[in-house]
Amino acid sequence: MNLRRDVFQAIADPTRRAILLLLASQTLTAGAVAANFDTARPTVSKHLAILTECELLKQEQSGREIYYHINAKKMKQVADFIEPFRQMWDERFNKLESVMKAYQQKNKENGAKDKN
Amino acid sequence: MELKTKINAEDGRQDLVITREFDLPVELVFKAYTETEFLEQWMGTKVLKLESKTHGSYSFETSDPKRNVLLKMNGTIHLVDVNRKIVRTFEMENSPFGIQMEVYDFEKITEDTSKLTIHNIYESVDKRDQLMQLPFKQGLNMAHSRLEDVMGKLK
Repeated sequence: MNLRRDVFQAIADPTRRAILLLLASQTLTAGAVAANFDTARPTVSKHLAILTECELLKQEQSGREIYYHINAKKMKQVADFIEPFRQMWDERFNKLESVMKAYQQKNKENGAKDKN
Repeated sequence: MELKTKINAEDGRQDLVITREFDLPVELVFKAYTETEFLEQWMGTKVLKLESKTHGSYSFETSDPKRNVLLKMNGTIHLVDVNRKIVRTFEMENSPFGIQMEVYDFEKITEDTSKLTIHNIYESVDKRDQLMQLPFKQGLNMAHSRLEDVMGKLK
């Protein structure tokens, strides 16, 4: 379950989703991936590391270069339709929680003021 | 780690159950659903109408930053039992998903924590499954348009 959660945290980021789409049809080096983005190269490297860690991408050594390609098996798990739906609700409820916590906090402060 | 939000959607059924534990008193979770001010903030939608009472109704509208209306939602409220239960219908206007019935159960766990259980019943198994795939398709579309933006800049 934890591993699955990591995968969906990984694709929650728009840049990482764009990287996956970019690599869906081709194998590229980190440099070639970075050339497609405005983001700084180290940032792209970090995204690649996260995607590799959660096994959405695989690395392949070819001479001095490391190539990245999609791990199709793992991507299939992502397509499992319950998880994105769950994530959507989770995000929505997190928002609810933070909005109501802010309100609760404000009320507590006002309550303290009233007592003074 | 235990997930805070859980979905139970069994294959071949036309319903699903969403459960969530909140780090909030049950009264505040209920307030978040029944008062315009709060609902607008966490749902990110404009509330055109919200009669939080038995035999009431509601209507919401979501727009993009350019004020184009993206989504209109409405429904009738069958039952409101304060801090305990809401039963309502939900419809996304001009969508193929039909009308669903939603049963919200609000439960107190401790003074500061609570649990919400939402039981949604759809018109058919297919409509439920289509609706559940929506966030995944949107996610991919978003990624796609982002990629197009990036590519556009390179030209």
